[in-house]
Amino acid sequence: MANSSPEAQAPAKEMRVQESLREALRYEMARDGRVFVMGEDVALFGGAYGITRGLLQEFGEGRVLDTPISESALVGLAVGAAINGMRPVVEIQFSDLLPLAMDQLASHAARYHYMTGGRINVPMVVRTKFATRPGGGPSHSSCNHGAFIHFPGLKIIMPTTPADAKGLLLSAIRDPNPVLCFENHYLYGIRGPVPEGDYTVPIGVAAVRRAGKDLTIVTCGGMVLKADAAADALKEKGIDIEIVDLRSLAPLDKETILGSVAKTRRAIVLDEGPMIGGISAEIAAMIQENLFADLKGPVVRIAAQPIPPPHSPPLVDAMIPDVDQVVDAVMRLAEGGKIA
Amino acid sequence: MLDSVKRKALLRQMILVRAFEEKLEELYQRKAMFGSTHSYRGQEAIAVGVCAALQPTDLVASYHRGTGHLIAKGADLYKLLCECMGKADGYSKGRGGKMHMGDMTFGFLGNTGTVGGTVPTATGAALAAKVRGSKEVVASFFGDGAANQGVVHEAMNLAGLWKLPVVYVCENNQYAMTVSFERSVAIKRLSERGAAYGFEGKTIDGNDVESVFEATEQAAAKGRSGGGATFLECITYRWDGHFGGDPGTAYRSKEEIESWKQKCPIKKLKQKLIQEGNLTEREFEQMSSTVYDELNELAKRAEAAPLPKKEVDLSSVYATSEVADG
Repeated sequence: MANSSPEAQAPAKEMRVQESLREALRYEMARDGRVFVMGEDVALFGGAYGITRGLLQEFGEGRVLDTPISESALVGLAVGAAINGMRPVVEIQFSDLLPLAMDQLASHAARYHYMTGGRINVPMVVRTKFATRPGGGPSHSSCNHGAFIHFPGLKIIMPTTPADAKGLLLSAIRDPNPVLCFENHYLYGIRGPVPEGDYTVPIGVAAVRRAGKDLTIVTCGGMVLKADAAADALKEKGIDIEIVDLRSLAPLDKETILGSVAKTRRAIVLDEGPMIGGISAEIAAMIQENLFADLKGPVVRIAAQPIPPPHSPPLVDAMIPDVDQVVDAVMRLAEGGKIA
Repeated sequence: MLDSVKRKALLRQMILVRAFEEKLEELYQRKAMFGSTHSYRGQEAIAVGVCAALQPTDLVASYHRGTGHLIAKGADLYKLLCECMGKADGYSKGRGGKMHMGDMTFGFLGNTGTVGGTVPTATGAALAAKVRGSKEVVASFFGDGAANQGVVHEAMNLAGLWKLPVVYVCENNQYAMTVSFERSVAIKRLSERGAAYGFEGKTIDGNDVESVFEATEQAAAKGRSGGGATFLECITYRWDGHFGGDPGTAYRSKEEIESWKQKCPIKKLKQKLIQEGNLTEREFEQMSSTVYDELNELAKRAEAAPLPKKEVDLSSVYATSEVADG
């Protein structure tokens, strides 16, 4: 996957997304004594996905806290600690567990700044893993990221590349607002160059992962890989795809999205989350509202079917967009026809 | 033991808290206040006693019935009145209203309308003190209704586990909106729950400001010296309905309400001071009328203050600088 981010120019080290996230935590904990990490299994065990491995040994148990299973209080305590001058980073093992902390996220973290007339800041990060995958089933493989765009005050990031994982997480920890970081299960093992030192990627700025002239696929998270595979297949058919990776869901980078579609005049929005009322619906509506006269066809959404995430592989495959679906949709749009 | 000067100051504060609630009720009846009131009348000794026992650098978190806590912790009355009336000069610029304020310049972590929602906020503020090694203690105000929320249990377990400097001040006013305490829990004393989290639980007379002060002073000293949290159940009574417009009589007898009015926290301290010869009836009347007069003047000013402009300020949703920009 190409990375056309201009930021990725500093001396870099090859690493996985997992290691890059850890690098961001280590870097910022060393730099800023206010940063501390808490969550289930994050200290002694190093986190369910190894993201926090080694932090306990390096920073001690005062700043790396294993907790009981209390998602709501973890987020709630982070809110209080943030208001009282710290920079907490909470790990919630699965995005399916975010609804347990919904009141603290939606009605407390997101709203404190606005509802106190700007007197209170809540600088905190909640990291979570997501992806609908076989075996995860209804309580361990939700893609509920779209639900959180309904709560102004929250920022939402979704890093795709190892470089972005570090850059976005560093920005998130330094941000004076609550930031939700959605980490995709399938991207943890992806390798790539990660700039050394103080490397940040601004929140709210999308990346053009692949430049093309015929059609824009606006996507995020693990779907960037599928969009890339589809673009490779379509290249052989002579169709030139541009891929916009959102990187941030809130605030949304309207400028980059609209700029790309204004150029290609065809758009598909591809998302792993539910289609109904999701981030794909928001982006499709935004594109047609702004560029209706320029479009050569309808803005097509490809997203998850409206069912709870199932357990068995064929059921999961039927629910989540695949590469063939993207290729087929592009072929139909490219011929000027509508999706059946 | 508090000297008479300090106790008179507590008396004055309690009168002010009550006068404020009565002023809000009046404004609400005249439709000069938006939303609803949640009267604190009858419970004044708790906010006043707790906050008087804290250091200025200590913090408090409050809840929907929170004007008493705001006043006792040192909020500016004009800004408070303005916020209740949705005015631009209000603490939250009219965005939050009576239930949503926060200002760390006087140690007020915030109040919100989700019952029990700020108990983790208070606990997290105490965690910050522990992680940083600073010495502030946090008082977490909540009601008997909030005690049954899941997040309160989660937060208290963490406070017990990590020995956090929190004083959990449970204001047991006997009713969660309309459902009585007896119809909500199977135990007689909520303070028993402290033991479940590994810290001390005490039930005290929430209508006796001196008891509240002393219990808080001890709990705060314990928290400050690393001894962890305390659960203080303060037995009290909500004189009025749950909100403005609820007379509070559909689910409570007039006799019950009347019997609790006999245990008025202001009357209790007043009579004690008079009996000791430290206060006269005339002095009390003067103190009282000064408080009411000053508040009336402030309320007039607040009522005349402008509402916010009809505009959507998108730049107000996110913080843009590290320091809160209030």
